[in-house]
Amino acid sequence: MRFSFRPLPRLPAALALAGALAALPLVASTQEAAAPEPPEAEAALSASTTDHSKLKPLQREFTSGPEVTRACLQCHTEADDQVMHSIHFTWEFEQPATGQLLGKRHVINSFCGNVVGNEARCTSCHAGYGWDDMHQSPVEAGVTPDCLACHDRSGQYAKTSTGAGHPALAPLPDGAVTITGAPAKPVDLTKAAQSVGMPGRDNCGNCHFYGGGGDNVKHGDLSSALYDPPLDVDVHMSPQGENFACSTCHVSDRHTWSGSRYNITAVGGGEPARPGGPRRAASCQSCHTDTPHDTNIIGLKLNDHTDTLACQSCHIPAFARGGVATKTWWDWSTAGKLDEEGRALAISDYLESDGDHRHTYLSTKGDFDWGEDVPPVYAWFNGAVDYTTADRKIDPSAPVEINPIHGTPDGADSRIWPFKRMEGRQAYDAELNELVYSHVWGPDTDTALWTNFDWAKAIQAGMEAADETYSGNFDFVDTYMYWPITHMVAPKHDALHCGNCHAEGGRMDGIEGINLPGTRPYSPAGIAGLALVLATLGGVMLHLLLRLVGRRRGDHD
Amino acid sequence: MTERSVKIFPRFERFWHWAQVVLIFALLFTGMRLSGLHHVIHFSTALGLHVVAALVLIALWVFAIFWHLTTGTWVHYLPTLRGLPQVARFYAWGIFKGEPHPYRKAYWRKHNPMQALTYLALKLVLFPAIWVTGLLVLGWNLWEDAPQALTLVYWVSQIHLLAAWAIAAFVIAHVYLLTVPPGFRHHLRPMITGFDKVDLTPEQEAYLEANEISRIKPRD
Repeated sequence: MRFSFRPLPRLPAALALAGALAALPLVASTQEAAAPEPPEAEAALSASTTDHSKLKPLQREFTSGPEVTRACLQCHTEADDQVMHSIHFTWEFEQPATGQLLGKRHVINSFCGNVVGNEARCTSCHAGYGWDDMHQSPVEAGVTPDCLACHDRSGQYAKTSTGAGHPALAPLPDGAVTITGAPAKPVDLTKAAQSVGMPGRDNCGNCHFYGGGGDNVKHGDLSSALYDPPLDVDVHMSPQGENFACSTCHVSDRHTWSGSRYNITAVGGGEPARPGGPRRAASCQSCHTDTPHDTNIIGLKLNDHTDTLACQSCHIPAFARGGVATKTWWDWSTAGKLDEEGRALAISDYLESDGDHRHTYLSTKGDFDWGEDVPPVYAWFNGAVDYTTADRKIDPSAPVEINPIHGTPDGADSRIWPFKRMEGRQAYDAELNELVYSHVWGPDTDTALWTNFDWAKAIQAGMEAADETYSGNFDFVDTYMYWPITHMVAPKHDALHCGNCHAEGGRMDGIEGINLPGTRPYSPAGIAGLALVLATLGGVMLHLLLRLVGRRRGDHD
Repeated sequence: MTERSVKIFPRFERFWHWAQVVLIFALLFTGMRLSGLHHVIHFSTALGLHVVAALVLIALWVFAIFWHLTTGTWVHYLPTLRGLPQVARFYAWGIFKGEPHPYRKAYWRKHNPMQALTYLALKLVLFPAIWVTGLLVLGWNLWEDAPQALTLVYWVSQIHLLAAWAIAAFVIAHVYLLTVPPGFRHHLRPMITGFDKVDLTPEQEAYLEANEISRIKPRD
């Protein structure tokens, strides 16, 4: 155990200070203990009451994903209904703060842009089979939920990268890859169906670690490093730490999960959950309380910070740790350059610390930049995010915020959160001043950017696919997109030190509404005080000099 | 009047003085770290030491106030104009001419008028200012939601800083003044041994010899 899960009594500050005065340990001691091993008899006992390999409906050949789902539903009769109500299936979310309709089905981001027009590639990560038209909801389209994506424990179930959510089944075309970019192998659906259990990090990670088209491209704090992270990369998910699955924090109820990037619990708190107790928010405080630090002078002062800072701001000193870089810059405007023979270019000039080279230019996608161990940017955040959807006017003279985050300096509903700020350039309608949809993927079309390298056609086709009006004139605009950082919590000795922020030009530089000692050594009083001290020193020197001169004169008299 | 060697700084007062020396130096050093003027120690270490030293100093001061009131020694700090111009003239002029110090220590007046005035200002203005502002900054979380709290805490911090520098300036002047004739060791010794030469009236001398023999040294 590395953190105290016991809620601390709320002492009046004065009493607490008096106590702290008596007990002088300034820094908490580090407790290290091995994770408890279950007794042998317990380990031999199945954790589940059902061994799915013994179930008759699963002891057969399966020729498609939906067939497996139908077998699951023979017992789990309500599971499909539950899944079909979750955002994993609908890809739709109504932002309660603004009423804006969000979700992958609707938003434009600064990575591959939009789903509509690029369906089978994008929906390869959909929690269903065969959703290939954004104009219909997956329910309207009669899409069958995919149970195995989340519940396969055989480790060999994989969706293909362009199969609208279908798994890789024999016969596979040459060069087929899975959604993680690995070479696709035919999936043994029977083996997968008989292996099912509660999701592990790999189930979630196979989609979420590869958002944006590659390992850690999007989030910055979700990468393949988290399949089996060392302790210093993530204390919660490391097998040397708590070995949490994603669902340990992202608790589920009826196949919907706590945690969101559209409407975030920015201010954790309240009573911590008791084991087995109801808990709807995947916040740090729901286990650690908002007074998690030790009861000593420094600990009490740190606890004073929890009404201003998100825990993540100090405890995730940098993201993209563990050897996998995250994409930090994506310039779509340079896409389309070809070599002399008209072939697409692929340049990989970024060397990752795990030895992999990452693309820095692709004719399909433009220029990229990458970062590892990236310090976040910080901002006041109350959890509400809205999106610059295609109906919103933009100001192309300044970087466009793809997903403006909300929050007020020192607001009771706000904390200072860490973010990955994705920077890039992407297309917009130069007359209407609106972001545009683009048709990037479509191996069989003569308009898709990735096969035809023609922006004009790709945007025209994208706008048609989205049923949007388009002036026909496009240009590129700088964009920012914000990704709240909340995974990759470091061991406490790696957390930020006071001096990372309490210093001139520290991490909170530019954040409004805070009282942050140590950031202005030469404030007016600091300068006046130094002048006073120097004047005093000068005064006594002069006085001493006059005394010495006076004494010498006296000697001469 | 007779000049005798009398204990003018009892044990508590000497302890109080030297404890303040240690604590004030610790507070200045850690305070400079906290305001970002040096980075010799970690911010958290500086914060811990600063808070502990400040709270100890305040506790000591509360006790010292009680001690001054109960022992009647507070009268030493009563401001007076009597002799003040002469002392001021000495430091500004006479000292350069080798004139003797115009002030003679008395049993109930161990500080010269300028000293008394300086110490009184220190005790009534600078120290209270720095404690009150320091406690306000330490307890920031208790009042951060008050109206205009950020503006207030800025000024509170500025006053704290200015008071701290003023105390540093006092320390410089205080130590320097130990060097005036008859010299550093002469001025320092009473704060170590407790004894200094004081003019006593025959009545005071008789009283001390009869009743408080430990407070007066035998004639040389």
